Amino acid sequence: MNLDYFTLIDRIVELNLDEKRITVEAQVPAKHTIFEGHFPGFPIMPGVLLTEAMAQSSGWLILGVLKFERMPFLAIVKEAKMRGFVNPGELLTIEAKLEHEGSGFAVTKVKGRVGKELKCSAELTFGLAPFPDPALRVHMDAMANKIGFPLQAITHD
Amino acid sequence: MSSTFDQIANIIAETCDIPRDTIKAESHAIDDLGIDSLDFLDIAFAIDKAFGIKMPLEKWTQEVNDGKATTEQYFVLQNLADRIDELVAAKNAAPGA
Repeated sequence: MNLDYFTLIDRIVELNLDEKRITVEAQVPAKHTIFEGHFPGFPIMPGVLLTEAMAQSSGWLILGVLKFERMPFLAIVKEAKMRGFVNPGELLTIEAKLEHEGSGFAVTKVKGRVGKELKCSAELTFGLAPFPDPALRVHMDAMANKIGFPLQAITHD
Repeated sequence: MSSTFDQIANIIAETCDIPRDTIKAESHAIDDLGIDSLDFLDIAFAIDKAFGIKMPLEKWTQEVNDGKATTEQYFVLQNLADRIDELVAAKNAAPGA
């Protein structure tokens, strides 16, 4: 998890395109200036960052389902629930499932856990658009490679 | 069983917090009800789920942008209901349906 660059997902554990679901890991850093303010003496991951982590997890799933032909952009956050504190240094495991692929949009249901304990969940809607800039596509390819996106999963049907 | 229009109107009322009695068959979703594109994503999701279809919103939008269709054809609610009925009929007529 690189909070400075807002890249929250470290590793794709599993991508199942038949079942349209993904499991990823996100290692919360042990130290970061965010925890100095949120909160002094009681550092916890902000709920907006947990929501963003769930969105990025969903984004990788949608990119896989769409074979990187379009970019998902977060549009609607529903039923976002912060069910427990996530502390510095903890490993967050996030599972996202594609609930619906509509015309120009997609909906996921996402859950984040530390160990077996459910920490957060949400239903997220994304608008799907062509990559607005070639540089973004290049960046996403590089990120996919970095986090172990199984490119063979989208090249072999 | 309620009509397709009634189902759509109920979805719009619930999704967009618009009083149900102000939603008429002749209402234009954008011009009369003020539904924006983001709210329409939510509505499309609810309609897709309720009717087991995939509304071709992008195709419709493209047709409007290309001047091949008017917004009234798709976004006046009775017309939208008719389009949905056509999509449901096409789905039911498809092999394996």
